[in-house]
Amino acid sequence: MTTKLFGTKVPRVEDQRFLRGQGRYVDDLLHDDPRLLHAAVLRSPHAHARIVDIDVADVLDVDGVLAVWTYDDLTGPMAEPLPLLIPHPALTHGRTQYALAKDEVNYVGEAIAFVVAVDRYVAEDAVARIRVDYEQLKPVVGIAAARAAQRTVHDDVPDNVGARLEQENGDARAAIAAAPHALVLDLDIERSACTPMEGRGTVARWDPDTSRLTVWSSTQTSTGVRGCVAAKLGLDLAKVDVITPDVGGGFGVKVVHPWPEELLVPLAAMTLGRPVKFTEDRREHFISSAHERAQQHHVEVGFDDEGRLLGLDVEFWHDHGAYTPYGLIVPIITSTQLLGPYKPQNYRVVFSSLYTNTVIVTPYRGAGRPQGCFVMERTMDAIAAYLGKDRTEVRSANFIQPDEFPYEHGLVFQDGRELTYDSGDYPASLAKLKELVGWDEFEDFRAEMAAQGRKVGIGLACYVEGTGVGPYEGAHVHIETSGKVKVATGLTTQGQGHQTAFAQIVADTLGVRFEDVEITTGDTRKMPYAVGTFASRAAVMSGSAIHLASLRAKEKALRIAAEALEASEDDLEIVDGVVSVKGTDAKIDLGTVAVLSNPLRYAFDEASKAATQFSVGDPGKPPVDEDDEPGLEGKDFYSPPRSTFASGMHAVIVETDPDTAEITILKYAVVHDCGHLINPMIVEGQIHGGVAQGVGGALYERMAYDESGQLLNASFMDFLMPYVTEVPTSIEIDHLETPSPLNPLGIKGAGEAGVIPSAAVFAAAIEDAEGFPITAMPISPSELYALRLEHADNSFAG
Amino acid sequence: MTTEQLHDVRLHVNGSVHEVQVPARRLLSDALRHDCGLTGTHVGCEHGVCGACTILVDGAPVRSCLMLAVSAVDSEITTVEGLTEDDGTPQGRLSPVQQAFSDCHGLQCGFCTPGFLTTITAGLRDNPDPSEEEAREMIAGNLCRCTGYQNIVKSVLRAAEIQGEIQGEIQGEIERERG
Repeated sequence: MTTKLFGTKVPRVEDQRFLRGQGRYVDDLLHDDPRLLHAAVLRSPHAHARIVDIDVADVLDVDGVLAVWTYDDLTGPMAEPLPLLIPHPALTHGRTQYALAKDEVNYVGEAIAFVVAVDRYVAEDAVARIRVDYEQLKPVVGIAAARAAQRTVHDDVPDNVGARLEQENGDARAAIAAAPHALVLDLDIERSACTPMEGRGTVARWDPDTSRLTVWSSTQTSTGVRGCVAAKLGLDLAKVDVITPDVGGGFGVKVVHPWPEELLVPLAAMTLGRPVKFTEDRREHFISSAHERAQQHHVEVGFDDEGRLLGLDVEFWHDHGAYTPYGLIVPIITSTQLLGPYKPQNYRVVFSSLYTNTVIVTPYRGAGRPQGCFVMERTMDAIAAYLGKDRTEVRSANFIQPDEFPYEHGLVFQDGRELTYDSGDYPASLAKLKELVGWDEFEDFRAEMAAQGRKVGIGLACYVEGTGVGPYEGAHVHIETSGKVKVATGLTTQGQGHQTAFAQIVADTLGVRFEDVEITTGDTRKMPYAVGTFASRAAVMSGSAIHLASLRAKEKALRIAAEALEASEDDLEIVDGVVSVKGTDAKIDLGTVAVLSNPLRYAFDEASKAATQFSVGDPGKPPVDEDDEPGLEGKDFYSPPRSTFASGMHAVIVETDPDTAEITILKYAVVHDCGHLINPMIVEGQIHGGVAQGVGGALYERMAYDESGQLLNASFMDFLMPYVTEVPTSIEIDHLETPSPLNPLGIKGAGEAGVIPSAAVFAAAIEDAEGFPITAMPISPSELYALRLEHADNSFAG
Repeated sequence: MTTEQLHDVRLHVNGSVHEVQVPARRLLSDALRHDCGLTGTHVGCEHGVCGACTILVDGAPVRSCLMLAVSAVDSEITTVEGLTEDDGTPQGRLSPVQQAFSDCHGLQCGFCTPGFLTTITAGLRDNPDPSEEEAREMIAGNLCRCTGYQNIVKSVLRAAEIQGEIQGEIQGEIERERG
């Protein structure tokens, strides 16, 4: 009997090539092709300026330069603005940039000119020789400046407001006015970014012999890139292949497409008749890819004596940067996922999405949820403090209960569908978390530490994450005559171990050996219908599609095998790639079934001899039945009615140094519920990584723009990404497995979870240690120190 | 503008000699990747902070993005491709450090991994039996955005364990031969 692999810690198959240095990332491709050309981009040094003149005369003298393009060199669709990928009726003033700036630049890093040369060094030399005459304009930097609107980013966008969206369930303002207690909070979150270890990159090759364009890109959506490249370059979709090679991390930023370079590189490859590569450097990634997180919130809340939310009214301002290619996804997620596991009786949320002269804002792991979680959890803590109640009691009083699912919030989610939670068990999660972190014993610990002159605090934060957002993913399963199983799904992989987790599903569903399964992701030649990898959707969407496609292949295998073995399908089983009649010696290899599935005229090897027209089939019937097709394959798509909602809770114990205000993590605990786990090792790895990113976002990372819109910390030296020395020495993890009723495997997404509650949980713990409110994140030791002085002054004054 | 002067450089990498012609400014990381075709060494920041491009130069971990190819002529270089051990197969056997990363799920996207593998290989030569604290210290100069480091620390300790087991076996064989 084949051992069930679903739910077990199967070691990753992709590790072999990565550990041997044999991964193939985009910059590794075509390195031995002497015809390969390299691109570099001239980027705006100003946050806001008019381009008066561009002089490229000096560039053409540089030996090894083949092309230099500015906006004036672009024609047709390439001369139009880049697409607004996700339009929304509320986005009344959506704007996108041009592939190369036309007349005006709106952030430091915006692409102005594109140079192609024999190598990157020469291309950068050439970029340095381009002379641009700018008329500088005053920039709008930060949410305060955008709201004040003393000047605007775009002349035709009044008050810098790209969109305003309001949703309400009930009458929040009336409920707050009538509530026994009410509080007001103002909360801030600063900018951060994904910063994967590998930046963006694109390689393209035009093949004149077949008239086909091949594009390799470090993207989270190869089908999206393909659609954009075809549309912008005026090619039939069938002429364009997009392949996602190994990707060195994404975390959201690589779902944006098309980047200017993703279009200019293929265009150059076609124009120059030679392959072209663009690999961005680290500074380029900081200033010209995308950021996230920055929001300001104003919260008014009304509640009863138990802390139950009677009315919650939230207004917030979202900094979306200079352009809006990704629509309103981030603020919509914030506005809906802010609710977490709770059920306020009345909820109103309104946000303004604002232009600033800074790089664009698009989803970064968590995608608006960390901000929403911060706001809701700060509100819960404020209510608990006001009522003098334990923070877990106030949360318990507001939880959606296990018997209330499916739970309808009366709001519209990011996918345009009703915000309806499918399943969950929040009280059980909280009980586990309290146990795991030692919530009830903490006061003893605090006293013990206080006796040593040490200051500690504990915090918790709860979240719900809509995962597995639609519209669909598909899979194709092909059982070859060798018995090997080749599976393709269209979404991409950037470190999640899909080749392993998906192969586990195939092995179990089909009854084949894990080693015989090979998974391909992100290759439009193998699966042209796909959406992409984001929103913790890969396991849910492609996992389900692969399961369904495997079932179809299995169904066909059993039908053919039943005929060959002269048995009933009901009596067959498939184990380790062999179909047998249960309880007998009669059996047939899946490879042989594959041979039988494809009637042949020509025999090319021993196996195919068995499938020629004189060997198989009933001579009285067509070799391939009317409702059948040749080959042992299965193809299917999974398209759920709505997202499935994973959940979790984190708790942290921190120590704050009485003198230096340094913040040290003493204990970190996670309870996580993503339904059934395909591979617990991979899920825990995702949680570890998310927690580390969360620690960075809460305590270290921020984008330090100065008032002129220069990003002052655009390097790994200055942007403080955590090393091992900054993360908790251990993370206690417990799982709850509340299956989703929406998909056949009962799974929910896990990719983003680890990072969602970080700002909230650290703010809570630091507040608990210090005894004054923490309302802005991230927080550095110097900021904490300043808060101490401020509150000490206040207490003297009081 | 005149053509850049090229220099003939002999690089000794993973026991092989690579004769390349490069301008003086060519980074060793670029020469290894694009001139020698050893793309296992990755470039994450090009300013010496992330450690992804770490290689061994005469056994010591060095950031190949902070070294020029022309200055590496007299050195013995080891990249990630040179870490596997000969076992008669074309692929070779994973070294204890590589095996430990597989055992402990010490990698996700794999981009920073070559720099960790080379750093730890050198680290365990200096300190074959590190404490958990020392394991952290050993990797404290390398950035990883995926794993949160938890399983990389475990991988260091597991690599030391595997190395210890191999040493024990070798020692046992020597003693048996003597006995």
